[in-house]
Amino acid sequence: MDWTFLIVKLIQVIAVFAVLLTGCAYMTWLERKLVARIQSRLGPMNAGYQGLLQPVADMIKLLFKEDITPKHVDKFIYGIAPLASFIPATLSIAVVPFGDSITLFGRTYDLVISNLNVGILYVLAITSIGVYSIIMAGYSSNSKYSLLGGLRSSAQMISYEIGMGLAIVVVILLSGSLNLVDIVDKQGSFVGWYVFRNPVAFVVYFICAVAETNRSPFDLPEAESELVAGYHTEYSSMKFGMFFVAEYANMITVGAIATTLFFGGWHGPFLPPIVWFLIKVAAFQVFYIWARGTLPRLRYDQLMSFGWKVLLPIAVINVMVTAFFVL
Amino acid sequence: MEFPQIDYVAILPEIIICGLALLIMLFAAFLPRDRRWITGHIAWFGIIVASFAVWMNWGTDTRTFAGMYSIDLFSSVLKLIFLLGSLLVVFMSENYIRLHKLEAGEYYALIIFSLFGMMMMASAADLVVFFVGLEIMSVALYVLAGFRRSDPKSNESSLKYFLLGAFATGFIVLGIAFVFGAVGTTSIAQMFDPQQYTLANSFFYLMVGGGLLLIGLAFKLASFPFHMWVPDVYEGAPTAVTAFMSSGPKAAAIAVLARVFVVAFGQHITQLSPMFWSLSVLTMFTGNLIAISQTNIKRMLAYSSIAHAGYMLIAFATGTAEAVNSVVFYLLTYTVMNLGAFMVLLVVEGKEDGDNEITSFTGLGRRHPFLGAAMTLFLISLAGIPPTAGFAGKFFLFKAAVAKGQIPLVVIAVINSLISVYYYLRVVVVMFMIDTQTEFRPVSYPAFLYVALVVAVLGTIVLGVFPTSFFPFDIPLLASGR
Amino acid sequence: MEMFIFILAAIASVACCLMVITQKNPVRAVLFLIMAFVAQAILFVQLSAVFVAALQIIVYAGAIMVLFLFIIMLLNLRKDEFGGDRHPFQKFAAVALAALLAFELVIVALRDGSRSPSVSLPENFGSVESIGEILFTKYLLPFEATSILLMAAILGAVVLAKKRLDD
Repeated sequence: MDWTFLIVKLIQVIAVFAVLLTGCAYMTWLERKLVARIQSRLGPMNAGYQGLLQPVADMIKLLFKEDITPKHVDKFIYGIAPLASFIPATLSIAVVPFGDSITLFGRTYDLVISNLNVGILYVLAITSIGVYSIIMAGYSSNSKYSLLGGLRSSAQMISYEIGMGLAIVVVILLSGSLNLVDIVDKQGSFVGWYVFRNPVAFVVYFICAVAETNRSPFDLPEAESELVAGYHTEYSSMKFGMFFVAEYANMITVGAIATTLFFGGWHGPFLPPIVWFLIKVAAFQVFYIWARGTLPRLRYDQLMSFGWKVLLPIAVINVMVTAFFVL
Repeated sequence: MEFPQIDYVAILPEIIICGLALLIMLFAAFLPRDRRWITGHIAWFGIIVASFAVWMNWGTDTRTFAGMYSIDLFSSVLKLIFLLGSLLVVFMSENYIRLHKLEAGEYYALIIFSLFGMMMMASAADLVVFFVGLEIMSVALYVLAGFRRSDPKSNESSLKYFLLGAFATGFIVLGIAFVFGAVGTTSIAQMFDPQQYTLANSFFYLMVGGGLLLIGLAFKLASFPFHMWVPDVYEGAPTAVTAFMSSGPKAAAIAVLARVFVVAFGQHITQLSPMFWSLSVLTMFTGNLIAISQTNIKRMLAYSSIAHAGYMLIAFATGTAEAVNSVVFYLLTYTVMNLGAFMVLLVVEGKEDGDNEITSFTGLGRRHPFLGAAMTLFLISLAGIPPTAGFAGKFFLFKAAVAKGQIPLVVIAVINSLISVYYYLRVVVVMFMIDTQTEFRPVSYPAFLYVALVVAVLGTIVLGVFPTSFFPFDIPLLASGR
Repeated sequence: MEMFIFILAAIASVACCLMVITQKNPVRAVLFLIMAFVAQAILFVQLSAVFVAALQIIVYAGAIMVLFLFIIMLLNLRKDEFGGDRHPFQKFAAVALAALLAFELVIVALRDGSRSPSVSLPENFGSVESIGEILFTKYLLPFEATSILLMAAILGAVVLAKKRLDD
């Protein structure tokens, strides 16, 4: 392990992290703007041109708010829950390749933080850890809204993780690899994108991913009309902010992974690979917001029966059919 | 990638049993509720077909699935014992399910799944296969114990069995891990090869692993000191399930004990013998002494089954092939007579599972002479009095033990048999010597139960009188494997 | 570097396990158990069993422990429902036995530990491909039989959980 390698990796990590966090911040702006447009409003306009500085203002506001810890909470778990939500959200981006390999100082570097052989499993593992923050927050707050939010979330995550895993199995079957760099390489041509070769898997994956990130129309853990704010009801100041950032980071990660698995990753004509990658990820974010602005929230029993009785059978049959054709 | 050769003819019984369970599940799903009793008939028919398949493979001596599954005379004999036991249990259950309005389809499917697990255990030539078989058997039994969901005692039984069973499973997995660490393989045949452990320190780990395995198996066998669960579980479980639990899993545990401790660890049998010796003695005394004070017949049979586990362990203290052969015969006799006793209990208790005091047998012999006589036969057979099956079983077992010089152990076992006569005959006394003041419970005569009862009676007599003509006493313990 | 990570993960694993059994609060105990699983996953990675490490996190830490938490939260036990310490001498017996076991293990480790054989790993050891291959060849029977085990378990769960239709 030599120094140049370490430095290049360090720069990569910092760059990815910075882009991710900036992305999160501007996701809030984008969301407010787009939802406003959908509802024929203007959205934030005062801070900067078209409200472009709004995220900065929000952040300053959150930082200066009083950090309230309610009396009856389990302080230890209450304290680490926001961290536990933030860290997994940022971890899984590490295996996503965001560009072709480049040559620097006579060495070839993949534009990915870590080229893991079991990259997909790593992503699944990190995703499955992510649920704990919500459960921890829900439990430790000692409030019935939080607890219900936490319970709902854990049930929802377990149910939809299976469908997501099965959708990913299809990609593994098609590509014959668990390495995300290999998977992207296999989707070199436009028609080779797995979204065209197996659209069902993509649809299942994306629905499950939306459910996993607790976004509308699957945002039951934080359903305002029923649970105040769900698991983060009792949180304030930057602890609340962490949950907020984690949610957006999760959305970006899901977009990045969906791009990698189904939309050919950084492949694309004319523009440099990184730009293509960012465009695709951004398209997913717009789609997320579009769904939120359009669709009503599901009822809890609908959510469960949809996951187990519709998505799961479709995903299983899809895996079987794909396996049949691959073999 | 090379797929292993699979001898589909040799594993035909397992295929039939597995298909049978799935078939029953399908029937249970699509039949209307009032027709689900049909599944019971599918079950016994399928078991008979599977027995025929075992008989077809009689004398096959092969290992299939990359050497993991041994189809040999030892496993065939045991499979026939399991199939016979399950057949009798299916016959016994028909009436029970109707009386208690249980879900017939699920019930039979679970019995058959459990049977499949036992068959896998009997044929396992690899510790991993044995473990999977054990889990299939146990999971089905955990649920069966709690099958009367409205009865808190049944729930308690299921929960106790599950928690302690899961705990025992932990020991087994750890034991397998230690054995694997010591000899680098989980295959029983390869362990037998002394070349496998030349490593200096592996013997210690092998013994640790063996000890852990023994703890787990002793739990399934209901041997001291892992017998605590038996009375409560037996008492709470539905009576037909109790009957199933007391015969099948014991036999399966014995099969694995034989394969692991007599075959795989065969060369260390002199070191292992004292351990089995003390286990056997303690188990016998615990079972027999506590059984004396029982007033509930199910609990009494539970302690009696503990005592019988103690007798069976004599074979492993002896550790010869002859002793293992005779313990397999013992299992056959135990299955027949023990299930017989439970059948009479089923008739007597009728609708009222849960009230199984010995006093409920008062006057049975005078009011229903056949039932009384059958129960007497089963009880004296359990006690080991000639000319019944129980006597023949004990006779061959003790003979094998004496031949290896285990005379003190045999003396202790005989003393224990004498103790057991007391509590078995107490039931006989109640049945014949005391007449009831009140009217005896109405007794129904369900046809299938009576078929099973006649089979059990005949089996108990025939096995007692002509043991050698029905049972091969020269079974090799593992397929030579080609 | 590897040694450093090993020691860190090993200490974390043991410490978390200790916390699991000493915590009075069941939710905290479960959370420490999750951390212990993650620490053990790191140990698996160091033993070149990457696939097992991933499964450790996905299956144990990710799926099973969620169910644990789910149940504990639903039950929401209060302190008085745990039951008192009815066997005071149990504690001492447990400590004594644990000490004995630890003593034995130390003796064994000192006597034989250094002699444990070092085996060179085969090509692509612990990779997904090699595990898949061994599951479908050598361990085909247990692998297939596991599906029957799961079927029996599902059937059992349905039996115990479904509503009674007759009353």
